[in-house]
Amino acid sequence: MKVLVAVKRVVDYNVKVRVKADNSGVDLANVKMSMNPFCEIAVEEAVRLKEKGVATEIVVVSVGPSTAQEQLRTALALGADRAILVESAEDLTSLAVAKLLKAVVDKEQPQLVILGKQAIDSDNNQTGQMLAALSSYGQGTFASKVEISGDSVAVTREIDGGAQTVSLKLPAIVTTDLRLNEPRYASLPNIMKAKKKPLEVLTPDALGVSTASTNKTVKVEAPAARSAGIKVKSVAELVEKLKNEAKVI
Amino acid sequence: MTILVIAEHDNKVLAPATLNTVAAAAKIGGDIHVLVAGQGAGAVAEAAAKVAGVAKVLVADNAAYAHQLPENVAPLVAELGKGYSHILAAATSNGKNILPRVAAALDVDQISEIISVESADTFKRPIYAGNAIATVQSNASVKVITVRATGFDPVAAEGGSAAVEAVAAAHNAGISSFVGEELAKSDRPELTAAKIVVSGGRGMQNGDNFKHLYALADKLGAAVGASRAAVDAGFVPNDMQVGQTGKIVAPQLYIAVGISGAIQHLAGMKDSKVIVAINKDEEAPIFQVADYGLVADLFEAIPELEKLV
Repeated sequence: MKVLVAVKRVVDYNVKVRVKADNSGVDLANVKMSMNPFCEIAVEEAVRLKEKGVATEIVVVSVGPSTAQEQLRTALALGADRAILVESAEDLTSLAVAKLLKAVVDKEQPQLVILGKQAIDSDNNQTGQMLAALSSYGQGTFASKVEISGDSVAVTREIDGGAQTVSLKLPAIVTTDLRLNEPRYASLPNIMKAKKKPLEVLTPDALGVSTASTNKTVKVEAPAARSAGIKVKSVAELVEKLKNEAKVI
Repeated sequence: MTILVIAEHDNKVLAPATLNTVAAAAKIGGDIHVLVAGQGAGAVAEAAAKVAGVAKVLVADNAAYAHQLPENVAPLVAELGKGYSHILAAATSNGKNILPRVAAALDVDQISEIISVESADTFKRPIYAGNAIATVQSNASVKVITVRATGFDPVAAEGGSAAVEAVAAAHNAGISSFVGEELAKSDRPELTAAKIVVSGGRGMQNGDNFKHLYALADKLGAAVGASRAAVDAGFVPNDMQVGQTGKIVAPQLYIAVGISGAIQHLAGMKDSKVIVAINKDEEAPIFQVADYGLVADLFEAIPELEKLV
């Protein structure tokens, strides 16, 4: 079966971002960008499904600027067969991305779509669920285990009190949680081979999708700074401070 | 303006996060209705009717809603929600699972994990693991929003007397089914609602050593949390994880033991009132956010702390 994986180019998770002085957003100029960590897990899961003989083809798709081709090449080096970039310079909302992915799903007809549970920039945790709604597919969000049998997929999900398993009819949408797998690194020969794999570039217009949004970001500010703390010398001093100064115990 | 709040529950008990969500609804202003979708959830509906500020409770009782499967619950919420100005749910694993599906069905953008209400159409939410706060305005006809519980003080669970009304609508998409669940058992307070949280990280070295934290937590009436490193190393189950990808907590007192303080962990706890860090590495980033830091070996400090509190 064909598996579609969505990946996003985001600021690297180790970078401490700074808010721009004019409060229009965070400063991403000259900042290291990478594939969203949850998307790496999604790619890894698809590659493992292919290695098990369950998946026959892995198509990786990204919605974003032309520089997102770097992340698609990374996914190709990890084992995806071909890539699609839906190029858009604007910052799109989750719903707009879900609509664009829906158009790609209609075109490609995958049996399984794997996305990360959330992108570490917008922290929205929406796109997979929205794509599932638009496609009328079942959704297995926050997956820590994915097992395909026949025409259904059993997804074990991380929920607040523990774990829950649901069974979904294929085609279905799965979003990955951190514990689903440990992503591999791309080897140098595979990085070289990935340069020759096909990468198709589409536009929202070509897909006939409007990316108009009902949300507007008015401003972006730095969070309130915590006032500097103190270092105590002993456990006794710590307990004394917590009891008498902070009054929390 | 009328606001629909989706109740968080397990068919038996109304989850406390619902009270924080109602509090956010009260800040927006207008009538507040609560939807209880489930199976045999009469007690939850009764509890919801008593919540201060709630005008009406809608009960959708159907086997299809028993396990909160989004394929079935989301169409119900979208159908009922058309008549409302706002649809709110707690940013729990259930709320995050269901609400984006509702938003897409209504063809509107969603606003995730708001931490404050600026006006009826403008909200604040953290982005980039809490390193920036975005103010977002929505012109959607129905505003679909998840609420970060720690951003709002809960309303009183008693004092209301809302009317309870049954909803006949039954949606069963037939594309998903519940197989089973495995819930972690704990006698300690729930992590996200606890007044004191004691968390351990990689520095705990193994799962057995968490007994020191449990002993301290029991003395303080605290919940026990963990960093991702401790969860990934298999010391504790993943529902104890505090951070960007785990639970967000904001207790009165957060004690971080053997936790370095990576950005992703701080995203889950930096709104705590008082933060204490116990770490033998004095350069650990956790000391930059800690109100009280103790540079010490945790295996000496924790038993001593347990004796003194």
